Amino acid sequence: MRRIVSTAVLFATTFGVAFVGLRAGERSISAAAQQKPDATEVKIDNFSFGPAELKVPVGTTVTWTNRDDIPHTAVSTDKIFKSKVLDTDEKFSFTFSKPGTYEYFCSIHPKMTGKVVVQ
Amino acid sequence: MAEKFKDELLHDHNHDGVDRRGFLKCMAWAGTGAFCIMQGGVLKSYSMSQMSQMADKVGKGELSFVQISDSHMGFNKAANPDVVGTLKTAIDKVNALSTPPEFMLHTGDISHLSKPEEFDTVDQILKGATPKDIFYVPGEHDMLNDDGKQYLERYGKNTKGAGWYSFDKQGVHFIGLVNVLNLKAGGLGTLGHDQLEWMEDDVKHLKSSTPIVVFAHIPLWSVYPEWGWGTEDSAQALAYLKKFGSVTVLNGHIHQTMQKVEGNVTFHTAASTAFPQPEPGKAPSPGPMKVPAEQLKSVLGITDVSYVHGQHALAVVDSSLA
Repeated sequence: MRRIVSTAVLFATTFGVAFVGLRAGERSISAAAQQKPDATEVKIDNFSFGPAELKVPVGTTVTWTNRDDIPHTAVSTDKIFKSKVLDTDEKFSFTFSKPGTYEYFCSIHPKMTGKVVVQ
Repeated sequence: MAEKFKDELLHDHNHDGVDRRGFLKCMAWAGTGAFCIMQGGVLKSYSMSQMSQMADKVGKGELSFVQISDSHMGFNKAANPDVVGTLKTAIDKVNALSTPPEFMLHTGDISHLSKPEEFDTVDQILKGATPKDIFYVPGEHDMLNDDGKQYLERYGKNTKGAGWYSFDKQGVHFIGLVNVLNLKAGGLGTLGHDQLEWMEDDVKHLKSSTPIVVFAHIPLWSVYPEWGWGTEDSAQALAYLKKFGSVTVLNGHIHQTMQKVEGNVTFHTAASTAFPQPEPGKAPSPGPMKVPAEQLKSVLGITDVSYVHGQHALAVVDSSLA
């Protein structure tokens, strides 16, 4: 029971923060511009994107880091973003300014797929 | 699904006298004491101690060539910090073959990052090979940033489309295919409509007795689709080859030797000259496999292929670099 309660609190906190962020953005564009945008990371390990599905508020900059010994890419299925080839420890960032579901994959190893949900 | 593939790929190396019509899959692990050879359409496996004996037998072919693959020039991680050295060793091995091969095939991933200097280094090393003719197909690492423009400029003269082509040697028809471009999310290697049409036309005029060798980077059979080790539309390509009595398919990409016979088709993958990759499903990912330095050369290698007139079959022998 205790565990369920703490999970619920964690959920509330997470969504609360996201909600406030969104509201702030809606209320005043200039205020939002002054705020440092949220940054979130996707790590590429063992031929997979982690997390495979990432939920972020509008305006978030997502950074992919390749931690494999083999090069990878992060390419949007709808051609909205496309990283260069990322060698080991190289990074790629993209800022999501519109809500939506952005599916992407590694164009070198297309079995590697991921998703960014922008709310 | 993973369990199913694991079972299918198991092979008893003590098993002799294979039923040709049977569905046979064989994994030969250079360095673990066994390798495979096919003669007269029957595949047999031998222990490493019998290798010299086998070398004599395949030396009598009327056409012999060597396949090298996955040199990954530019790779410098722990799995092999010296890909220059291991490629040189592979070429020394080619030059030391008792029957000089007529030519070489390179089944792709020449470079690691498609950098001009990586291609230059490989070209320089391959100049030291006795066989002067080298036929290439690209790996995905050779077409990273420009959809293959640089690759085509360097290696694609007299090819069609994205680099596919065919040629004839001693009555054997060779077909080089490209299956590393326009890969779709969640998918496998792809040949594409244009290439398939070309291939259908290319083999239409050939007699069914013509031995066929198809070479491409990504395997044209489903080695392990979970890791992308297969080609979406390879069934269509193989359908065009149904009328032929002897078809051999040579691939790279998976950095280990593996063989399978299915009806008239023998599938074969070559070892890398750079670094080994794990057995299908036996690691969290297909990333480079780190082995102790003293064992590295035993899991890298070259493939020596001989064609004997009259038998309509190709004998394939893998040699480790050790």
